[in-house]
Amino acid sequence: MSILLILIPLSLVLLVIGIAAFFWAVRNDQFEDLESPAWKILLDDDTRPNPELSAMDEDRKRK
Amino acid sequence: MQSGPDNHEPGATGTRYSPGDPCFHCGEPLPAGPPLFAAVSGVEQPMCCRGCRAVAQLISDASLEEFYRFRDQPGPRPEELEDSWTVYDREQLRATFVVSLPGGLDEASILVEGLRCAACSWLIERTLLGLSGVHSAEINPSTGRGLVRFDPALTSPAGIFASIAWLGYRPHSAGSGDWEKAQRRERHQALRRLAVAGLGMMQVMTFAVSLYAGAFQGMDPWIREFLRLVSLLVATPVAFYAGAPFFKGALRDLRSRRPGMDVPVSLAIAVAYLASVWNSLSGSGEVYFDSVTMFVFFLSLGRYLEMMARHRAGDTADALARTVPQTALRVSGEVTERIGVNELRIGDIVLVRPGDSFPCDGIVIQGNSGVDESLISGESTLRTRGVQDPVLGGSNNVTDPLRVQVSAVGQNTVIAGITRLLERAQAERPQLARLANTVAAWFVVTVLVVAGLVAAFWFLRAPELALPITLSVLVITCPCALSLATPTVLTAATSHLARNGVLVTRSHSVEVMAQCNRVIFDKTGTLTHGLPRIGQVHTRPGLDREQALSLAAALEHESAHPIASAFENIVIKHPASDVRIITGRGVQGQVNGDTLRIGHPDFIAELHPGQTLPEWMPGDEGIVLGDASGPMASFAMHDKARPEASQLIQALRAIGMEIELATGDRPSAADSLARELGITQVHANMTPEAKLELLRLRQQQGDRVMMVGDGINDAPVLAGADVSVALGSGAALAQSTADSILLADNLWPLLLAMNTVRRTMTIIRQNLAWAISYNLAALPLAAAGLVQPWMAALGMSASSLLVVLNALRISRVPSQPNGQARESAE
Repeated sequence: MSILLILIPLSLVLLVIGIAAFFWAVRNDQFEDLESPAWKILLDDDTRPNPELSAMDEDRKRK
Repeated sequence: MQSGPDNHEPGATGTRYSPGDPCFHCGEPLPAGPPLFAAVSGVEQPMCCRGCRAVAQLISDASLEEFYRFRDQPGPRPEELEDSWTVYDREQLRATFVVSLPGGLDEASILVEGLRCAACSWLIERTLLGLSGVHSAEINPSTGRGLVRFDPALTSPAGIFASIAWLGYRPHSAGSGDWEKAQRRERHQALRRLAVAGLGMMQVMTFAVSLYAGAFQGMDPWIREFLRLVSLLVATPVAFYAGAPFFKGALRDLRSRRPGMDVPVSLAIAVAYLASVWNSLSGSGEVYFDSVTMFVFFLSLGRYLEMMARHRAGDTADALARTVPQTALRVSGEVTERIGVNELRIGDIVLVRPGDSFPCDGIVIQGNSGVDESLISGESTLRTRGVQDPVLGGSNNVTDPLRVQVSAVGQNTVIAGITRLLERAQAERPQLARLANTVAAWFVVTVLVVAGLVAAFWFLRAPELALPITLSVLVITCPCALSLATPTVLTAATSHLARNGVLVTRSHSVEVMAQCNRVIFDKTGTLTHGLPRIGQVHTRPGLDREQALSLAAALEHESAHPIASAFENIVIKHPASDVRIITGRGVQGQVNGDTLRIGHPDFIAELHPGQTLPEWMPGDEGIVLGDASGPMASFAMHDKARPEASQLIQALRAIGMEIELATGDRPSAADSLARELGITQVHANMTPEAKLELLRLRQQQGDRVMMVGDGINDAPVLAGADVSVALGSGAALAQSTADSILLADNLWPLLLAMNTVRRTMTIIRQNLAWAISYNLAALPLAAAGLVQPWMAALGMSASSLLVVLNALRISRVPSQPNGQARESAE
């Protein structure tokens, strides 16, 4: 059973890593918005917005 | 302000749609006349106005058509915004919400009003990314808060704000948001504590199971010692990091001599932990690390849920309602310019237009107007403010323009002080939870006394059993199920309601709404669409239709009343001056030097008393335009009942609600709508004061009254009702005084809300009954020494879990209209 002397400290190391990862996630706002990422994967596609938009923006600024 | 993409009018497809069909973009009925079209995904779709067409074309040109596939509600109507956004580029205002990032980019914190679903935030993000100079844009669809990073050389906050506004949403600068940051810190800390407690608990449990198994089957003493020491190591941060709030709370309770639940909780944690440390170091007796960690974890979970409920209460709608405007119109000599509020200095003169909020405290130097200070004083009737009268920042100027000399700004204003108070109040628990807490406080004292007696008794009889039995008593009687019973149900209820389009802005409204037995509906904009169309126009001889419409439009231009929207697209030849809006009556103003009035026939008749109805007028239908010599024109207004209104009213009746209709409109219009919808109690010609009186009368008769309204007319009535509901599309003023807001432009959520709040109260009662009977039953068992500490911790946790799971049943109240009535009349 002396293997426990290695395995249990090892599990504690994993525990610390797990808690550190969670703290990192909290600090980086991973829990701030739990809703929209699920949508974004549906909505985001490869089409880039039309350059006309920027032209319109310029247009607007001139006015 | 901006010009949309070039017009194009497809003729061939024009026959497929008729007036009244919904606009493809915003869902409003199409107006009379040839419809407008925009090509979306290659198909010509009908549009109700140029604004919608422009937005649809913008969305389509930018290949963002998916917005239409994924949105779950029609988009907002792009409003003609009179504000120019360039004020947000002014240095002083810009500094409040834009920070420079290393690398030459700027980051703006914004708050977007009018988001309805994730597709909205996606549309805004994509549109902003299409602007030159915008590097990233993120909008949180549930709070409306967002961060935009941009290159200050290429674009500016004004450009970003104008783009958002042009899509039909309303952008605000979010400021530094100290309160927001504090909430975020609190949330993050609670999450970290929860993680430490949860993961620590799992670890300690595995050791505890081994120890129990070892106790039955035999185990090497060194392994036993080793497992105990490892448990000690893991349980220490759980007790002192995750458990810290309980100790702090207990200290605070003791200092204020008001024992709360934290006292026995900390006592149990501390006693169990210290005894276990002593036993594991000395290698004798029992350890209770499993009980300690489980206890801390479940309590933290309860606290976390409660905190989320509290934070939600301070969400966007509420924050918006109590913010002072961020910009002001400063008058210096001949020049009136829009500046940021933080540029205002004491002594400056600002112009506050009707419908706007005062940006600062000040003294009126010109004008005379009705001011709504209900946000500050709770007094709902309009106060008249003239020269030399003080006005308060954040209160609303309702009837006439005022010039105000600034006397206090920023943190020195009255509203800032109130906001501080509100924030403190919000840090407290909702009212219902407070009741449970009072009960809990009594309970705590009892528990402490009983635990002391039990400890003394067992110490005399069997000293070695005294500690575990006292621990069991402390843990099993922990009133956490009692304290969880209410807040979890309220959280579940408010989030279920929010998901289904009902935003609860006051914590007491759930409780009060459940007791309501009478609903008073407003007519225009509530039971009807509130977007009246002009029907037949009758004019005085010598005046043609176009002239009459133009004059009416000039007056209505200044009004925010739903009727005014019917005149929006009419070209105004001569603008009106000295415009006064008389709430519930009409509008008066000067056009070309003549004093004109538009509104109720009575209101017009006041200008020329004693005259009879001229022959050309068809009756007293609709609204009338008149001058000193008599009526000039009458406009028949058509406003259709909402399609769901009649079914909704039947359903509300089925759950035992009395329905009443109170409107400022004419009896004939009110009666015909009431007949259509099957409402028997109808009050027409009601001024806001009369509505309030009706409300008070009903309340005196013992009814709890819910008021459903929309528009400036209703603000005082909404504030006077036991519980008030404003429709999301209504005027912002009504929203700010309402207890809850229907976000959808549709009445069904009202029924859902009634069913949900009633069910909420049932579940709260079940929870409280369970928690109390559990504690009462468990106490004698524990005191008799029949319960081990780990069983006590498990029992306490199971009881809390049951309460939480019971709370989650709320989300099963169906959100579909059909069959709702029966479901929760239980």
